[in-house]
Amino acid sequence: MISLLQEAATTAAEHTEEAAEAAAHGSESASGLPQLDFSTFPNQIFWLIVTLAVLYWVLSRIALPRIAAVLSDRQGAITGDLMAAEEFKQKAKEAEAAYDKALADARAEAQKIVEANRAEIQKELDAAVAHADAEIGARAAESEKRIREIRDSAANDAREVARDVTAELVSSFGGSVDQSAIDSAVETRLKGALQ
Amino acid sequence: MASEAQGEEAGLSFHPMDQFLVKPLFGEGDVHWYTPTNVTLWLFIVAVAIAALLVAGTRGRAIVPNRVQSVAELAYGMTYKMVEDVTGKDGLKYFPYIMTLFMFILFSNMLGLLPKAFTVTSHIAVTGVLALAVFISVTVIGFAKNGAQFLGLFWVSSAPLVLRPILAVIEVISYFVRPVSHSIRLAGNMMAGHAVMKVFAGFAAIAVISPISILAVTAIYGLEVLVATIQAYVFTILTCVYLKDALHPQH
Repeated sequence: MISLLQEAATTAAEHTEEAAEAAAHGSESASGLPQLDFSTFPNQIFWLIVTLAVLYWVLSRIALPRIAAVLSDRQGAITGDLMAAEEFKQKAKEAEAAYDKALADARAEAQKIVEANRAEIQKELDAAVAHADAEIGARAAESEKRIREIRDSAANDAREVARDVTAELVSSFGGSVDQSAIDSAVETRLKGALQ
Repeated sequence: MASEAQGEEAGLSFHPMDQFLVKPLFGEGDVHWYTPTNVTLWLFIVAVAIAALLVAGTRGRAIVPNRVQSVAELAYGMTYKMVEDVTGKDGLKYFPYIMTLFMFILFSNMLGLLPKAFTVTSHIAVTGVLALAVFISVTVIGFAKNGAQFLGLFWVSSAPLVLRPILAVIEVISYFVRPVSHSIRLAGNMMAGHAVMKVFAGFAAIAVISPISILAVTAIYGLEVLVATIQAYVFTILTCVYLKDALHPQH
């Protein structure tokens, strides 16, 4: 009897255990809040910590330094380009100033050359005028001299002719030719005419 | 169990909480601390997705970024600026951890919205660990940086002397409530949204209601996308605020 009772008790216990197990794992539907099922907490916490540790390692060692480097590279490139642009602008300004200066210099140089040429030409002109004046003076003096000579010779010739004519006239009228008298007479008459 | 039975009687079967069950990945059995479960799988997927965005996406290190790299840089820039603005320059030392937290929560929330997905951040065990980690590290940093002066955080020197002890009690209580609100806010938001979606989807079994039900699910889904992002942002910015308190306990 006792052994039979014991057997029944053990089978009953086994049945209840099976039923409990079926209730725990067999059914797929949740009873109450699964969030408050503390039996799953160690599992969740363990895997969460593993995941967070791996993520933290990956982010702090690989991802974040890389992104930081990319961002600072970009910032650097932008700053560099801006500075280069500023430099080019400065250079262009300098080139423009140099060009303007060269232009002004060239203009001044041309002005100077024109001025110098003008002065030179003026000098040459003055010299030529002076030379021409001198030549003209010389020629005039020479001409005057020749005119005087001609006049003088003309006067002598006239005197000679007058003398000859007077002597001829005197001799033809039968007078004796007094040379000195004739000369003085001619001189007297000519004085008024030739002066 | 009782409500479930009633639902079955009416021809409807609501199991809005089934999606939160933690089950072993391979076969049946107990969930030990080391068992690979659906939690493990989705934690793994989240980690792989984050690595794909932040590591594989920035592989090119391009001066002119492609789309994936732009997104990665955007996430980096946003979190960096948040840490800098809220905690100041000396908080930037903790930026990698805050970035890890933000990316983890954002990706968990977002990937959890995929059909058939498991949302790891809907479990108080997960958010509790995240919040406790923040609470403990912030407290340790506070005492390490400021020593006993860190207790000045609870002593509101700008208040009248009579009120200060009362305020101190309130401040201490609010300080210790922080991890609780920090974790329950996130888990609650995630759980509620997913459960509501499941309930609305359950109504689709009735032909007459199904168009409204599907519209409602669509609307709730849009809202949940917003909530997923906002909760990740809120968790992160609160972490920054707590960190600021630890670094500069004088208000």
